[in-house]
Amino acid sequence: MKMDRRRVLKGASGMAVMSLAMAAGLVRPGTARAEAWNKAAFEVKGNLNEAVKALGGSGATESKDIVMSSPDIAENGAVVPFTVTSKVPHTESIALLVEKNPNMLAADFTIPDGTEPWINTRIKMGQTSNVIALVKADGKYYYTSKEVKVTLGGCGG
Amino acid sequence: MADPMKIRAAMVGDKVEVKVLMAHEMETGQRKDAKGATIPAWFIQNVTATVNGRTVLSAEWGPAVAKNPFLSFRFSGAKAGDKVVIAWTDNHGDKRTDEATITA
Amino acid sequence: MKIAMAIGVAGIAGATLAASLSLAQDKGSAAAGIEQYRAALADGNPAELWEARGEGLWKEKRGPKKASLERCDLGLGPGVVKGAYTILPKYFPDTDKVEDLESRLVTCMVTLQGFTPEQAKKDPFGGPGKKVPMDALVAYVTSESRGMPMHVSLAHPKEKEAYELGREIFFYRGGSHDFGCTSCHGADGKRIRLQDLPNLTNPADARRAYSTWPAYRVSQGEVRSMQWRLNDCFRQQRFPELEFVSPASIALTLYLAKNADGAKFDAPAIKR
Repeated sequence: MKMDRRRVLKGASGMAVMSLAMAAGLVRPGTARAEAWNKAAFEVKGNLNEAVKALGGSGATESKDIVMSSPDIAENGAVVPFTVTSKVPHTESIALLVEKNPNMLAADFTIPDGTEPWINTRIKMGQTSNVIALVKADGKYYYTSKEVKVTLGGCGG
Repeated sequence: MADPMKIRAAMVGDKVEVKVLMAHEMETGQRKDAKGATIPAWFIQNVTATVNGRTVLSAEWGPAVAKNPFLSFRFSGAKAGDKVVIAWTDNHGDKRTDEATITA
Repeated sequence: MKIAMAIGVAGIAGATLAASLSLAQDKGSAAAGIEQYRAALADGNPAELWEARGEGLWKEKRGPKKASLERCDLGLGPGVVKGAYTILPKYFPDTDKVEDLESRLVTCMVTLQGFTPEQAKKDPFGGPGKKVPMDALVAYVTSESRGMPMHVSLAHPKEKEAYELGREIFFYRGGSHDFGCTSCHGADGKRIRLQDLPNLTNPADARRAYSTWPAYRVSQGEVRSMQWRLNDCFRQQRFPELEFVSPASIALTLYLAKNADGAKFDAPAIKR
């Protein structure tokens, strides 16, 4: 969905589409283009291939050129730090997915030219799960995954 | 209006390393309150970082990003004294934009 | 060899207990894993957001007297914030009592800003969607003591008295489970699930523990202070509520601070 929209808007027909959308009342004149948010992708549950499809791809190959760095155990699943480095040439985006979360896609970062394909962030994990770093490069998808154990710390809160 | 972000941007070699802390509940929509009612989802959906008008990072987030999100990334093509501008929008339409000057 | 003791508390589901017992077997690697987790969180502590908000609140003109807290005497003189936390709790002549940081903030909110004591003590702890001034002020003031050695004094008779009371409270067992602070924190090698418990009667453990509060508690999503920590311990001990800035809470804090004497203050920290 996201990819098609981008391709259409990039082309010469982009302006025509925009004015049609404005006429239909979908985009108010003067409003900056609303930021895209891929609802379908953020609703995929537990299936990497489905997530890749929702992001506009078709399948992902495992790659040793993606490095995920994180603790092996999270003392609290509410905050689990991850660093993803992609050595795949022409990396366009890096996404983090947690297989056993209610919705697996946590975040999707677009990496423009000039930005290092390197992201350090923190996500929530509902339970011990595989965490997947999904990279898009040259239109193709690659991934690596790592199991992170989530434990309860001490007593209560 | 949401609380300000804490942004640190520093030169590391010829690259800029940015570290951001954002103040946001990032409510998943999975939790229930004491009365058993579901607490509605409330989370940052879009993040953009720009320097001198150039987008250096953009992201779509779901509620699984941790509360009070931390984000770090690196890019080239800017120098000390330039400003990094970071903006976020959440699913309620709330926005926040903050900037920081890149230090040497 | 450390003897790991899982403390059974009524209400832990059987599955959790079984999981914790199997985890106990590779406790070595678990402990290392947890160290790794804590180290990875050290940079980029959300507490900084509270510190920034707290600094704003310290300088903001608030209350019926529309005054800021910039003349507040935290023990080193009016308005001196840097290093102030390292000597608290201490005796203050103007109130003729031993005060900790939060009680001193309450004092200043009353005397400088004109709030009533009830208003100043209301809602001391933040919660989901609930921002309160107190924890932000604590984060700001304590951040100005980061890296400095902690030394509380027992020179004044009321300080000595508070210390003795604090010690008595520490060892006092009661409530439905016959718990005392000492049940969890009075000997080496205690643990709840994967959480190693510091022995607060052991100076090395006490220093490490006391010097890392306040902290952004990831599981709470809030910055939590010593007042909160003790209040929550009382809750877990099934004790009656430890009133905010009560003499008992200050006495207990002073006892712990004395045990941690010489610690390098390393907070606001980040914890699970």
